[in-house]
Amino acid sequence: MLRVFTAIPYVWLLVLFLVPFAIVAKISVSDYAISIPPYTPTLDFSEGWAGVNAFFAALDFENFTFLAEDELYWKAYLSSVQIAAIATFLTLSVGFPIAYGMARAPREWQPALLMLVILPFWTSFLIRVYAWIGILANEGFLNQFLMWLGVISEPLQILNTNWAVYIGIVYTYLPFMILPIYASLERMDPSLLEAAEDLGCSRTAAFWHVTWPLARPGVIAGCFLVFIPTVGEFVIPSLLGGSDTLMIGKVLWEEFFNNRDWPVASAVAIILLLILIIPIVLFQRHETKERERGA
Amino acid sequence: MVNEAAFHPWDDPDATPLIRIEGVTKTFGDFTAIDDVSLSIYGQEFFALLGPSGCGKTTLMRMLAGFETPSAGRITIDGTDMAGVPPNKRAVNMMFQSYALFPHLSVWDNIAFGLKRDGLDRDLVGARVDEMLKLTQLGKLARRKPHQLSGGQRQRVALARAMAKGPKLLLLDEPLGALDKKLRQETQFELMDIQEKTGTTFVIVTHDQEEAMTVASRVAVMDQGRFMQVDTPDRIYEAPNSVYVADFIGDVNLVPARVRQLRDAVMLDWAEGKRFFAKPVGDLTVGQEVTLAIRPEKIAISREVPEEPNRVKGKILDIGYLGNLSTYHVELPEGPVIKCEVGNRSRLSRRDFSWDDEVWLSWSDTAGLVLSS
Ligand SMILES: Nc1ncnc2c1ncn2[C@@H]1O[C@H](COP(=O)(O)OP(=O)(O)OP(=O)(O)O)[C@@H](O)[C@H]1O
Ligand SMILES: [Mg+2]
Repeated sequence: MLRVFTAIPYVWLLVLFLVPFAIVAKISVSDYAISIPPYTPTLDFSEGWAGVNAFFAALDFENFTFLAEDELYWKAYLSSVQIAAIATFLTLSVGFPIAYGMARAPREWQPALLMLVILPFWTSFLIRVYAWIGILANEGFLNQFLMWLGVISEPLQILNTNWAVYIGIVYTYLPFMILPIYASLERMDPSLLEAAEDLGCSRTAAFWHVTWPLARPGVIAGCFLVFIPTVGEFVIPSLLGGSDTLMIGKVLWEEFFNNRDWPVASAVAIILLLILIIPIVLFQRHETKERERGA
Repeated sequence: MVNEAAFHPWDDPDATPLIRIEGVTKTFGDFTAIDDVSLSIYGQEFFALLGPSGCGKTTLMRMLAGFETPSAGRITIDGTDMAGVPPNKRAVNMMFQSYALFPHLSVWDNIAFGLKRDGLDRDLVGARVDEMLKLTQLGKLARRKPHQLSGGQRQRVALARAMAKGPKLLLLDEPLGALDKKLRQETQFELMDIQEKTGTTFVIVTHDQEEAMTVASRVAVMDQGRFMQVDTPDRIYEAPNSVYVADFIGDVNLVPARVRQLRDAVMLDWAEGKRFFAKPVGDLTVGQEVTLAIRPEKIAISREVPEEPNRVKGKILDIGYLGNLSTYHVELPEGPVIKCEVGNRSRLSRRDFSWDDEVWLSWSDTAGLVLSS
């Protein structure tokens, strides 16, 4: 009986991850065709062994060569990684002070503050991103407010620029940054700071020599948790970004739905996965190390 | 403890104290944690703060270290007023009750932490850390992280870290609280050894009166934010100035009585027609209500009528066997139960007394103390 239960996660991964991955991988080595489904070859068992052989013979890496040769794709990957890196840094800059403030807040407030951080998850992600359009648009709340203050006389073009994308990403992924940092800061014994001061540190020095190193595992975890999904982000750049916001998620969507080129879209997805494997493996290793240290 | 016979700066009117605490009060809201306390601590002392939980020991230490500011009064260290001087600008280091070792740093780096902050030369830091490691016998563990150490080892790292900068004043807040008795005693002697070698002034907080008696040059017994008595350990034990101190330090028999006559020794009525003789403490008047305090080990127990002027007859109520000594609880017909302690020189099987035996208790007229408060 127990064995059945331990098998559940594996079955889950097999059905929901490995099988879809195999399908995408197969499509990525197929060719575009005007048919349903829109690619060839499809496996045809009615012809027996000959059919299977013909199927494998028809598979090739043409799509990958195509991706490598077309500048657009490489630029999209690079730009995605760059946007994700900048957005991760911005999220860290906003998230760290918040996590720090939460960890320093009176004990009895902390559950409520945690609740506030998680609260946005209660409404749909899509709706929240749409709401940002209302805020950032030329005649949106932000511009109206700034004009009312008299800070600006002309509306700022924020929507449909990379800035809007950064704002959207920081807003959306902030909890993933705050929670791990808060967890590591909250564990910290406040007498460590007193000890540091006692040994000759100023408050600032105590922060850099004690608080920051102790928060670092949380910072690293938070950065991975923001960076990894952001590279492939599609909704935020397509809703908030402009025509010049180049992100691979958007390219993939266009290949898939506008060009209906499933094989190229699949190849784009496979390469994205390969690129992301590096940070994912690094993250896994970091987590394992942390767990060993904690044990 | 420095050479016991010679080291009595507190009796010397010309000696300048290292720490002067003058009329210091600390309040938290409407709660007074330290209540108008004055005290001088001299260089190279091993000063122990002793008192029940919540009496303000840690608060006093934290004021010396600079983590709390006095609500009133003045603290000077080495002649400098400490008001407004932050912890990192004081020649004071504190060993925290929780050790507060930096978990991300190795033993070596923990000890080097304060030295590096001083911008000391690399070689000098290294030499000093190695010296500390040797002193605390941590040499083999230098590369370990705090979570890879035992409680006693952590305690020694905390001690080494606090001592590394060679502070004028070292504050130890219940430094041995987590150790078992044997390790605690070993470390106590280690501490005294270190103190003797380095000549640092120590202020130690402890719950454990035995510890205070072992290590300290002077002991302050505290209660509710006040000092009840500040004195050498032997005087605290032998000549407590109040019932509170007598009761707090060690075991004691307390018998309510009334002063009958004052001569070299005081004559006390403690029951109808029953008298004791004792040394007086402070000013007494005839007819005053007092308490007679006698340590259990000063009382002799016998079957025969003893010679001593202070003698009472009673019945053994209870016997406690503690290995090296036995305690007898003897109920007197007049009411009080007197506790008496006798060393066990003979084996248990040859014990002289048993329950319900009629016995005599006796003590000399210098054994008991008359306490008026
Ligand atoms: N920051 C604070 N706010 C309010 N009350 C405090 C604060 N710090 C200490 N107290 C109170 O002051 C009193 C003395 O505390 P302190 O920590 O000095 O006791 P202690 O003698 O060290 O006790 P223990 O032996 O249990 O460590 C206690 O009643 C405590 O509740
Ligand atoms: Mg305390």
